[in-house]
Amino acid sequence: MVRLLKSSHIVSTLIMLFILFSVAAVSASQIPEAASVAAETAETVAQRAWWFWPLILLVLSFVLGVFAVLAGVGGGVLYVPIVSGFLPFHLDFVRGAGLIVALAGALAAGPGLLRKGMADLRLAIPMALIASTCAIFGAMIGLALPTHIVQTLLGATILGIVVIMIKAKKSEFPDVPEADALSQALRINGIYHEPTIKKDVEWKVHRTPMALILFVLIGIMAGMFGLGAGWANVPVLNLLMGAPIKISVATSKFLLSITDTSAAWIYLNNGAVLPLMVVPSVIGIMFGSFVGVKILAVTKPAIIRILVIVVLGIAGLKALLKGLGIG
Amino acid sequence: MAQQVTEEQILYANILNKGMVVGLIGLVVTFIIYGAGIMEPMIPLAQVQNYWVMPVQYYLAASGIHAGWAWLGRLGYGDMLNFLPIALLSLLTIVCYLAILPGLIRKKDTAYVVLVIVEVLVLTVAASGILGSGGH
Repeated sequence: MVRLLKSSHIVSTLIMLFILFSVAAVSASQIPEAASVAAETAETVAQRAWWFWPLILLVLSFVLGVFAVLAGVGGGVLYVPIVSGFLPFHLDFVRGAGLIVALAGALAAGPGLLRKGMADLRLAIPMALIASTCAIFGAMIGLALPTHIVQTLLGATILGIVVIMIKAKKSEFPDVPEADALSQALRINGIYHEPTIKKDVEWKVHRTPMALILFVLIGIMAGMFGLGAGWANVPVLNLLMGAPIKISVATSKFLLSITDTSAAWIYLNNGAVLPLMVVPSVIGIMFGSFVGVKILAVTKPAIIRILVIVVLGIAGLKALLKGLGIG
Repeated sequence: MAQQVTEEQILYANILNKGMVVGLIGLVVTFIIYGAGIMEPMIPLAQVQNYWVMPVQYYLAASGIHAGWAWLGRLGYGDMLNFLPIALLSLLTIVCYLAILPGLIRKKDTAYVVLVIVEVLVLTVAASGILGSGGH
């Protein structure tokens, strides 16, 4: 009971921190549109100590890391819309940092998920090839398009993700009557022990060609917006292909380490990665995820998920309006 | 928990784990060197905030920073040094793929040998910078 009270206290504190931070960040982000005033930016931006914004990023990323775990989403999908919407960084650098943040998180989780057999290499490799190739094109398109168009598309995508988060269902053990020819040829199947039912679960997948087509889209969007793509990977692996939810979530996380690698290189080679943004963000979100996992063990995160959906919705709407020149 | 974890998967996980730890420690160490001013940065710390509000092509033009792999020749600067662990983390997947390739060849797993080789080529092309560097 005491433990539960403690955890609810931590959660409510974090909620307050999150809300206060968002309000503070909104007021702090009243900075002229960089695209139109780039030449005079240096004069017009209020000068702060060099560590001020990195510290803000560190704290915000920590909070996002906690909330991402509790809401069951990747850090990247929260990071890009919230940081680009409410802090004074240009979208190019936020997307670059977002990719490195998602990549670092996926790399950190990858070894454990692979060793436990939750992430499946044979399932990941074909999907990763399509997604990572298309992420390169997505990143190139994203860096070539004018900022307001990318911002508008990002806003629309985030609002779409909000709808997916609200509507998408999960299937613990989807029914796959027969594996398709391609997955049979690639021997994409497995068996894992499910402690909740104390049984070994055999799994196979179907509709692999359709999934590969969808990973074209997922890759392009991941590269274009610098988002992790777990929000799209999981429904495709679980609901379309029929992989068990635990295999889908773990394989999705591992997949990000490959998809985001290719897109990250494009941003890196184009100069859109600034260490002063990237490092505090990576450290913050990784510590946040660590704390989030601890809190998750002792709390029911339904209310957090609703809060994250609302904040993501506001960030998506803000990005959309900003892109359209309204916000 | 796992009933069916292949040796390639374990090998991949082990290399990923080592590389990830080295990369993340490197990220922290190089950032401390950068932030503490132990090595002089190319862009003074206080001026970075003037650049991160710009689109990337304006930043490159205004700062005189060269994109692509140019940072490799400027590792004597604190900010450029940070790209070393970032690049290491971004190269890890290629290393892991190359490591599992011999096992797949030995097992005559032709489909996955092809998939792995193509993936390595795709990631190498992305990393090389030949697809363009320098912003919009």
